[in-house]
Amino acid sequence: MTTSAKTNVLNLTEEEFMHPGNRACSGCGLSILYRIGLKALGRDCIFVVPPCCLTVVQGLHPVAATQLPVLNCTFASTAAVASGVRAAMKRLGRDTQVVAWAGDGGTADIGIQALSGALERVENIIYICYDNEAYMNTGVQRSGTTPGGALTTTTPYSGKVEASKNLPAIIAAHNPAYLATCSASYPLDFHDKLLKAKSIKGLKYLHIQTPCPPGWGIEEHMTVSIGRAAVETGLFDLYEIENGQMQLTGPSLQLLKKPLRPVSEYLDHQVRFRKLDAARISAMQAQIDQKWAGFREQFGQA
Amino acid sequence: MAKTIIESGNVAAAMAVQLARAEVIAAYPITPQTPVTEKLSELITRGEMDAEYIAVESEHSAMSVCIGAASCGVRPFTATSANGLLYMSEQLHWAAGARLPIVMCVVNRGLGAPWSVWNDHQDAISQRDTGWIQVFAKDHQEIVDMTLKAFRLAELVHIPVMVNYDGYYLSHTYMPFEKPDAAQVDAFLPAFEYKHALNPERPESLNTVTLPDSRRDVDGVLRGGYMDIRHNLHQEMYLAMEVWQEIDDEFQKIFGRGGAPVLDPYRLDDAEFVVIAMGTLANQLRVVVDRLRSEDGLKIGVLAVQMYRPFPNTLLAEALQGFKGVMVFEKGLSYGDQGALYGDIKSALYPYPARPRLSNYIVGLGGRDIPTESLYQTTKAACEQDSSTPPAEANAPQWIGLQL
Repeated sequence: MTTSAKTNVLNLTEEEFMHPGNRACSGCGLSILYRIGLKALGRDCIFVVPPCCLTVVQGLHPVAATQLPVLNCTFASTAAVASGVRAAMKRLGRDTQVVAWAGDGGTADIGIQALSGALERVENIIYICYDNEAYMNTGVQRSGTTPGGALTTTTPYSGKVEASKNLPAIIAAHNPAYLATCSASYPLDFHDKLLKAKSIKGLKYLHIQTPCPPGWGIEEHMTVSIGRAAVETGLFDLYEIENGQMQLTGPSLQLLKKPLRPVSEYLDHQVRFRKLDAARISAMQAQIDQKWAGFREQFGQA
Repeated sequence: MAKTIIESGNVAAAMAVQLARAEVIAAYPITPQTPVTEKLSELITRGEMDAEYIAVESEHSAMSVCIGAASCGVRPFTATSANGLLYMSEQLHWAAGARLPIVMCVVNRGLGAPWSVWNDHQDAISQRDTGWIQVFAKDHQEIVDMTLKAFRLAELVHIPVMVNYDGYYLSHTYMPFEKPDAAQVDAFLPAFEYKHALNPERPESLNTVTLPDSRRDVDGVLRGGYMDIRHNLHQEMYLAMEVWQEIDDEFQKIFGRGGAPVLDPYRLDDAEFVVIAMGTLANQLRVVVDRLRSEDGLKIGVLAVQMYRPFPNTLLAEALQGFKGVMVFEKGLSYGDQGALYGDIKSALYPYPARPRLSNYIVGLGGRDIPTESLYQTTKAACEQDSSTPPAEANAPQWIGLQL
């Protein structure tokens, strides 16, 4: 049931589906995901994309950074537009994968109603949410998945008061055919989870933590290391849910056997967390420790 | 074989959609539209219609599904009313901007707040600037015929079409109408083919971010910017009126009905006065005109505006030359100004030498009863005015039937 990364840099397809040169910021976690994700999805796909960083990364009319068909849609409509594309493919007798690819605001906030509807109708689509934990495309405003304490342009000076919403748990409550969490810092894990998603009928939801250098206040070269720190501190967990059963995967599964890195190693490098005080960091650490005590009880020491 | 049946206006609409072979139906229930979608889901479930029925969670998603399907070259349909139409407003602009040939029935109803489930035209009027073609039916037969013609028009000009009909007056009343022969409809309405349909074999990016200025593509060809794309929509909206007239000619040859697709005149040949309205109100005014002619000796007729967007500026202004008085009755307005149709008619007349005396009446909002007697008295008084209305008064609509 677990996905051990079958794909590595040696056997990853060399074919590129994205043109070189695009409008992503340097160090963008999304551009890693997009390049590797397209390799897993292949050419028989139609993408449905609401306003988000990907809209810009894909290029401005009449030039495109992608070699695949893309339907740009309004912010709230992604999952519903994808449902319409899916219905059309069914009418045309085509097995083309319909892939909705949206950010956290477009998924957890404005797009959640259409997504909930598509989940309930068991639409046969892949829905990818790259979660960079704020409205990055409009310049770093708080979203439903922005973590507590994070500085954004709409939570200035002292950071976001509330905790983030657990979007994968909300999706899981709809009993999707497949749910996986991923990290832009483990792109091959994302690649193989996408391969798996392609083989399953129903709604497949992939939630990917996606470091954003300008939004998080990290150096461009830290995109991969900061995402790894999120996983290795036990803050962001990689798992799959199939048939209602949750299973830790890859690096998170391996964490059952080793001590967690302290959460401060994740927080300290990010400007957005610089207003967190020691008490709040201790509380976060306690929460992570409690969560992992539960995992160890549930999944054993692996 | 065509056959005459007696059914509700909503069922008439559903039958037209079945005959049009729409392939993806997405809808959300709202009074008084609901029976259209109930009938379509029944037809699909019974195997009498070959289509996907997607029971979406909102009107916004209903139009979104239609946008997705149409972008793949598959013929969609949806229907709504009132606040449902407003909830999909963003998607209406999107569908028109994306030049998708979507057909939607709007069963006209008043807008909240306060809640009303009853008829007026404010829902459609509020969406007149979305870039959709808007037509208004006066009876059950027109619902059927206009819906079939709307699919043809939308797919020829790549602009979405809204077929409006009055809630309850038509949606829930039963009238005889002719259900066209399926083979004849197939001949009239060929399968939908869309050259920009999403297809991995020839990938395109649709509705991409577009800059203010034109820009060269990878082959060095200059492509229009946002303003140029929007200008095309506007120009082709004008052309859509001519195409609508040609479609009506074709339809008339096959089915024997039609002849007044844009403006529908009644007893206007010798008329000195004319009343103008949209939808069922125009039919009710025929009764008023008959009485004014027989009892009061007034030379008066009715002009029904069948196509509201694109607006028939030239046709209307030319049709109204030489009249002594023009009375515009409507069930919707631009708050703080005047009736929307009235403003449009005045604007159409401005460049012409003869500008008849104009007056504007707001009636029937939120289903307020419109007694034929009251229309008669109002129209008679307007005809019998001996001097022209003071300019300030002519700009203000009169509300008929208030119970203050």
